[in-house]
Amino acid sequence: MPEQRKHTTVSIPTPLYRNIKKRIEGTGFTSVSDYVTYVLREVLASLEEGTSEEVFSKEEEDRVKDRLRALGYLD
Amino acid sequence: MVNRPHGGKLVRRKLGEKVRDRVLEEIGEYPKIEIRDVNAVDVMSIADGVYSPLSGFMMSDELQSVLVDMRLPDDTPWTIPSVLDMDRGSIDFEEGDSVILLSRGKPIARMYVEDIYTYDKAGYARSVFGTEDPAHPGVKRVMEMGDTLIGGELEQIAEMDAPFPDHYLTPHETRVLFNERGWKTIVAFQTRNVSHVGHEFLQKTAATFVDGLFINPVIGKKKSGDFRDDVILKTYEELIKHYFPKEITHMSILRYEMKYAGPKEAIHHAIMRKNFGCTHIIIGRDHAGVGNYYGPYEAQEIFKQFPDLGMEPMAFQAFFYCHKCGNIVNAKICPHPKEHHDSLSGTKMREMLKTGEVPKPHHMRKEVFDALRSFENPFVE
Repeated sequence: MPEQRKHTTVSIPTPLYRNIKKRIEGTGFTSVSDYVTYVLREVLASLEEGTSEEVFSKEEEDRVKDRLRALGYLD
Repeated sequence: MVNRPHGGKLVRRKLGEKVRDRVLEEIGEYPKIEIRDVNAVDVMSIADGVYSPLSGFMMSDELQSVLVDMRLPDDTPWTIPSVLDMDRGSIDFEEGDSVILLSRGKPIARMYVEDIYTYDKAGYARSVFGTEDPAHPGVKRVMEMGDTLIGGELEQIAEMDAPFPDHYLTPHETRVLFNERGWKTIVAFQTRNVSHVGHEFLQKTAATFVDGLFINPVIGKKKSGDFRDDVILKTYEELIKHYFPKEITHMSILRYEMKYAGPKEAIHHAIMRKNFGCTHIIIGRDHAGVGNYYGPYEAQEIFKQFPDLGMEPMAFQAFFYCHKCGNIVNAKICPHPKEHHDSLSGTKMREMLKTGEVPKPHHMRKEVFDALRSFENPFVE
């Protein structure tokens, strides 16, 4: 069943590639690609922090607050 | 603001009143699937956004992606499949049809069947549980599943009949609550056991570094000999009432059936708590483990593979009383050998319940033990 995940190629300057290769020696990263993927995911996640799409209206939020008060969770 | 939902948007899959009434009027025209309780709980979790960003049961490309890469096809971290299984012979509908999902005969959701596909159970088990051993409870469950999976989005028609409705808050509700209380950083504690002093100190240690503590007991199918759900809730209510500051503590339940998938399930637990608004999760020794299938700290180490998870694990070793320290400590901060350590085993606690012997204060709070003893039989038959 399992198949390999699809990958694509991104170009980075050769000196940077060499620096990263040196940087990951002795770490858990087995390739420059793994390291770059990790860093990019971390960067993207930090950029997305604090952003979220709201799907609830003010009326719905008021209903929620009423329930929370009825249950004793809010004063 | 509390943490953003996983995938960026809190999913809500509930039919509006008018559409729901129309669907119920026309219900005779839909094929129907009677689903098991575990799947009905998944339906509720999808509809309420506990499983955000999932909006239905997984299709083959999603399952494949989760099993191989621990990620959804759009790269969002996801480690535990959410699938609806059936036997091929009982399928009387096609891809493109809408079907009604029944829980104990009650219509709870409409599902758009987008994918009907077969799967390799051994590969599924190997990927999720790291073993094909049928003695593993999660593997056993997979081997008992139907031979075909049904994928597609769903919309909830009605709540399933579930216990403790007043103890359940949806992710939207916890988010409103946390925001109203001004909490920005919240640590989640998952439990499926009665409270004892070791856990209390673990929770309090974690809570010291954040705005709020979210105690989130797992309610659902349990093994024979486990503590009953109502017992777990009652003991925690007593503990919180007497020993936790109300302003920084909240408890509500999670409806969920444990998979015992160790490290991968720890990530799943973190994702669910992220959707409730938490920023941190306590991961102890052998979190979500069973038997000796996983290393004691594998569930803590797996978080390093997910820099984009958006949840910080708070990794702890077990807490216990040390006679030499004269205090509740854990292995990391206690220099003394094991003969000075004193913790209450499950077996010992069961014996004490039978004999009426009161645990020492450094094992279990008196109020908690009194609550425990107020039940004639606190265990699942």
